[in-house]
Amino acid sequence: MAAARRLLPRWMVPLRPVSSASASGALPKRVKVVEVGPRDGLQNEKSLVPTPVKISLINMLGETGLPVIEATSFVSPKWVPQMADHTEVMQGITQLPGVSYPVLTPNLKGFQAAVAAGAKEVSIFGAASELFTKKNINCSIDESLERFSEVMAAARAANVPVRGYVSCVLGCPYEGKISAAKVAEVSKKMYSMGCYEISLGDTIGVGTPGSMKEMLTAVMKEVPVGALAVHCHDTYGQALANILVALQMGVSVVDASVAGLGGCPYAQGASGNVATEDLVYMLHGLGIHTGVDLQKLMDAGTFICNALNRRTNSKVSQASCRL
Amino acid sequence: MGTVPSALKHCLSYQHLLKEQLWIGEQASQPPAAPHPGQESQASGLPAYVKIVEVGPRDGLQNEKVIVPTDIKIELINQLSKTGLPAIEVTSFVSSKWVPQMADHKEVMRGIERHPGVQYPVLTPNLQGFHAAIAAGATEVSVFGAASETFSKMNINCSIEESIEKFEDVAKSARNMNIPVRGYVSCALGCPYEGNIIPTKVAEVSKRLYSMGCYEISLGDTIGVGTPGSMKRMLEAVMKEIPLCALAVHCHDTYGQALANILTAIQMGVAVVDSSVAGLGGCPYAKGATGNVATEDVIYMLNGLGINTGVNLYTVMEAGNFICTALNKKTNSKVAQASFNTGTVN
Repeated sequence: MAAARRLLPRWMVPLRPVSSASASGALPKRVKVVEVGPRDGLQNEKSLVPTPVKISLINMLGETGLPVIEATSFVSPKWVPQMADHTEVMQGITQLPGVSYPVLTPNLKGFQAAVAAGAKEVSIFGAASELFTKKNINCSIDESLERFSEVMAAARAANVPVRGYVSCVLGCPYEGKISAAKVAEVSKKMYSMGCYEISLGDTIGVGTPGSMKEMLTAVMKEVPVGALAVHCHDTYGQALANILVALQMGVSVVDASVAGLGGCPYAQGASGNVATEDLVYMLHGLGIHTGVDLQKLMDAGTFICNALNRRTNSKVSQASCRL
Repeated sequence: MGTVPSALKHCLSYQHLLKEQLWIGEQASQPPAAPHPGQESQASGLPAYVKIVEVGPRDGLQNEKVIVPTDIKIELINQLSKTGLPAIEVTSFVSSKWVPQMADHKEVMRGIERHPGVQYPVLTPNLQGFHAAIAAGATEVSVFGAASETFSKMNINCSIEESIEKFEDVAKSARNMNIPVRGYVSCALGCPYEGNIIPTKVAEVSKRLYSMGCYEISLGDTIGVGTPGSMKRMLEAVMKEIPLCALAVHCHDTYGQALANILTAIQMGVAVVDSSVAGLGGCPYAKGATGNVATEDVIYMLNGLGINTGVNLYTVMEAGNFICTALNKKTNSKVAQASFNTGTVN
């Protein structure tokens, strides 16, 4: 049998319009893809990436049509050496009109440094697990939210939107099972504090469509679905199935990482973030509009994988690459 | 996320969580009797039970580069027989000139332990293969059609119609001997030669196979290009011709879409899923890419959905570990990768 090398565009050509009665069903017509590769992805990669490479990656991602690219993290380099060059990265990237470049800001100091460096949107990280919060930032959930309220106040004064993350929504490496009610409670608090969007993170990737549905059902009682996003890890291969369920429930914002950058710190050698390429492939196949050019996205993935001297975690990329 | 203690990977709570998810250590008792078709779990509208058809020893190994010794194949199948899997595709009675990996089909068929309640289907492309299979002790066979003319020509050097005629010979003999026949339709969501495949073509070929007596039609996304969108459209067309309880999906994970596609099929009522232990079997059409979806990952998802499979995931992971060690390769199952790396499974 001749091995047929298919060129990507053959499959990536937008599908003929899907009739309203068919595949779309209750699915959103548009999904906002939030690219977390340069921050969440690189943060969990072993090799330290030089600043110019990070800047090139972010600029390439900017050209793909992605509406949001998480650029870096204004956290102490003592804790996260990979993000030590946050100021240089922020100042070095080309901020394209219509594209957001949020950055992590764990506290007021980080927030101020971020804004000084040109950040126009920030993110804060909560968790649905007390033990995870304790191990991670050495305080309780409520204490962490109090710390964030300083950031919220400053952000409000400066007209800077704040995105909230909730970690461990489908399981915690320390506590094990996490109740959906707890996720809803933390999400509600962060939303009430002023976060415009809450990204629900399956931090260790243990979730399945069953637990995703249960968790979202609880959260949607407290936070409008239009303000919800899912951040699924693919450690157990469940990410796209979990994302599909979230879409079916009306969620229309999905986080992903180019080339599936970022392993799982809790399962050595296992994968972490879901690959943006694989997500976009699925969304386009569903007739959902993302505005993303998949070929350019794959090129960005190839670029960073070469720089990291590692293989891509994206199956779409693997299948399409010419060997 | 901030810093992570390095000792975490052996965190007991994490292992407990996974044990709940993976049902590790829970020995599969006799697989529960499959509920009658159409029975749904109360809350979710999903089937209460899904039958997993394990294709690793045939479809998986056939697409692995390394030729596996007969005794290893037999050991793999014997291990799989103890997991609770209700059907294990054992080998292929095809000419060894075409598929050298399956040259030992007779020895494998005769060498395996046959567990009561487990089916051991084999591929039989024609009447000659069928007779050889029966002589070697096979009690169920499969035939492989395709929804693409070009694929049929390139694969078995005849048109779809000609291939159907050959299968009818097999089906007739099988009917006389009371041997069940399973039908496969390849390229159900796309063809490496023709590109897009229209759903009505898939429905037409499926109907031909079903009408000749195949008890089940397994719809194969041969190159893994399908998405939940194309899966839904294809199934809608096929379900007009074939009863739901006679349908199975055989998804390849080449583009990472398999579990999402399987979920879509299950949401539409399909209750039979093919998969391959450790995700054995690459894709012959995209060098270096993956092929079959991993049984471990499918079971993990079904467990999480509260769907019964009768299969003990832990023992499947062990069988996967066995064959990957023998093949000197890394597993394609993410569940296996993650579980072995958290110290949950030793």
